[in-house]
Amino acid sequence: MELNLFAAAAVLLVAVATFSIGFRASRLASTTQDFLVARRRVRSRRNAAAVSGEYLSAASFLGVAGLVLKDGANALWYPIGFTAGYLALLLFVAAPLRRSGAYTLPDFVEARLSSRVLRWFATVFVVFIGILYLVPQLQSAGLTISSILPMPSWFGAVLVAVLVMINVFGGGMRAITLVQAFQYWLKLCAIAVPTFVMCALFFGGGGFHGPGLAQPQSPRFTADTTVTVRTPVLLTVQEPVHLSADGTLDGAAAEGPVFWGGGTHKVDAGTTLRFTKDSPVPVVAGAPADNATWLKPVTGSQDVWATYSLMFALFLGTMGLPHVLVRFYTNPDGGAARRTTLHVMLLLSLFYLFPMLLGALSRLYVPELLVTGQTDAAVLLLPGKIASGTLGQVLGAVTAAGAFAAFLSTSSGLLVSVSGVLSTDLLPGRVRDFRVATTIASAVPLALAIVLHPSDVSMSVGLSFALAASTFCPVLVLGIWWRRLTWVGALLGMLTGGGLVLTALVLNVVSRYTGSQPPWFVVQPALVTVPIAFAVVVLGSKATKAKVPPDVNRIRLRMHAPDKLGFIRDRDVARFGTAEERARLADGRHRK
Amino acid sequence: MSKHAAGNGTPSFEPPVEQPKPRRKRVVLADARAPVTVLRTVVELEEQTSYGEQLVRGLIREQLQTALRVAIPISVIFLAIPALLYFLPRLNDVTFAGVHLPWLLLGVMPFPLMFGAAYWFNHKAESHERAFVDMVEH
Repeated sequence: MELNLFAAAAVLLVAVATFSIGFRASRLASTTQDFLVARRRVRSRRNAAAVSGEYLSAASFLGVAGLVLKDGANALWYPIGFTAGYLALLLFVAAPLRRSGAYTLPDFVEARLSSRVLRWFATVFVVFIGILYLVPQLQSAGLTISSILPMPSWFGAVLVAVLVMINVFGGGMRAITLVQAFQYWLKLCAIAVPTFVMCALFFGGGGFHGPGLAQPQSPRFTADTTVTVRTPVLLTVQEPVHLSADGTLDGAAAEGPVFWGGGTHKVDAGTTLRFTKDSPVPVVAGAPADNATWLKPVTGSQDVWATYSLMFALFLGTMGLPHVLVRFYTNPDGGAARRTTLHVMLLLSLFYLFPMLLGALSRLYVPELLVTGQTDAAVLLLPGKIASGTLGQVLGAVTAAGAFAAFLSTSSGLLVSVSGVLSTDLLPGRVRDFRVATTIASAVPLALAIVLHPSDVSMSVGLSFALAASTFCPVLVLGIWWRRLTWVGALLGMLTGGGLVLTALVLNVVSRYTGSQPPWFVVQPALVTVPIAFAVVVLGSKATKAKVPPDVNRIRLRMHAPDKLGFIRDRDVARFGTAEERARLADGRHRK
Repeated sequence: MSKHAAGNGTPSFEPPVEQPKPRRKRVVLADARAPVTVLRTVVELEEQTSYGEQLVRGLIREQLQTALRVAIPISVIFLAIPALLYFLPRLNDVTFAGVHLPWLLLGVMPFPLMFGAAYWFNHKAESHERAFVDMVEH
């Protein structure tokens, strides 16, 4: 794609701002507690902005609008679920998790269940999940950067990885707290301002000139359009369409005019399709083909089950994401953790208004994305279609800057989470060890991101939340509220839940090769795997009653007693603090 | 007297200085600011006497009930939406000001609803904790 100067400048500005904020904040960081949990002194408002900044990844910034464009009303469950996840976190996890005094998820598991084995297992799992999430972040950063700058796709991945590594290396949690809070507001502006301008243009111009979304037909091309298919797709054609093609269609070579009647058609990679203005848009198989279906959230009983399963994954998955939880340890106390969560819900609700609007607008203006199925580009391409000339380019640059910030903030959270676990569980946990861990934890995913093909590691948002909901979620919820949890039960539950979701992942990949549409419980297994994981944890614990830790009452008191009584014992201070800090800790902090 | 009321149900009334792990530098009786009753109940909580344990259990149960009182109605509302639209497909075509009902139900309604629920829970949880601290201290 041609060099978009505005976009290049915007990305550069975000990179410089990120670096300089991180650099300034890093100068305050000197101890292990700074690097792990920012000394637990982050105020709830700033922490809420940082949590939201970290949470609004590219899947939210670009993905939600793309899903609305493709799946319509059904996709609205994503923003709902992303926000509801924090409601569940607030209700069941936030305050007790902070009061447990843990500094990583493996540390919480050990504090609650006194098991080194389980701690070690949780470490492996956190690192695995962290890398599994980091690789796609870096890869999609590469793809996004290469679509706005004339650079190969590894360039974007390296840029993001290096920037994030410098920040985390310099100041750990202390540095990225400020950076992530800044990036939340940046992302909000980067999506709100273009949305307002585009809505003004849209309504100022008297709405859309052509068949609107309320017409029960397929979307229409707004101009003569050429689409190049890069990965093989299966298209659903609802209304017969004339087009001209160059490449392979339905397994046969095609060149020149083609007529497609209703049905499905297979298009191979490297094929170019040319459509004329106002012809109906063929849609990737599996997505609603016409606007009437697109407007409805539920069209069959399969849809109902799939929706319930998605709800399970999203509602319960957020609390099991290690890189989200790592931010909660930075709250000063349990009450502050609750206030942070409440505030996060407000910030997220505000943000998600805009991708939903943009998704609906892009159904009118960029329907050609439905042909390739790469609908994530909608937010980046829409401004150029609605606003012409320089204004369009500037707005496009603003959304590109927001997307870049999304990659940076999510990757930095993941990197801190993985580095913290690596440095405290595999290394002695000094600042130097944290830095070594940071280097490893950014180099390995970067290498994987460059070597692997994007489709090898791409896991849908729904599946990654299902994985979190089926592993850490049962352990956290039962660990906090159920006295008789044992480490054996927790381990069995995590293995079962994680194993089932990974099986579903493999089945999905297999069905992509065989071309058959997998059933809903393979696409989104949470409705099955989460209850099974909970059941296994409970049964496993009941079968090993003798393993209930002897100090369970003390831990429960610590997790649930009000902050004012001073029962919080920060385990990072106990392990890494100076003699003076430890002495103060032993006295408690009763504040009368 | 309140200081004895707080000690009901414990086997013996030991002065707080005789904790199981006495620390030399902390001479509690000399600390005029620390009311004895506070320490006694806090120590009971920490030592897991049956009275202290009951107090904590009560608090945990109360907080869990509050959480469920929010979680269950919200889940029922969300679980009802797909079922409702499946069994009454006519609802899909209802429009308000040009926007279809499902889009309002999914795109607008959930966010204030969830925030309101979260606000209520936060308020309740904090007031339970304040009441607990008051009970322990007086």
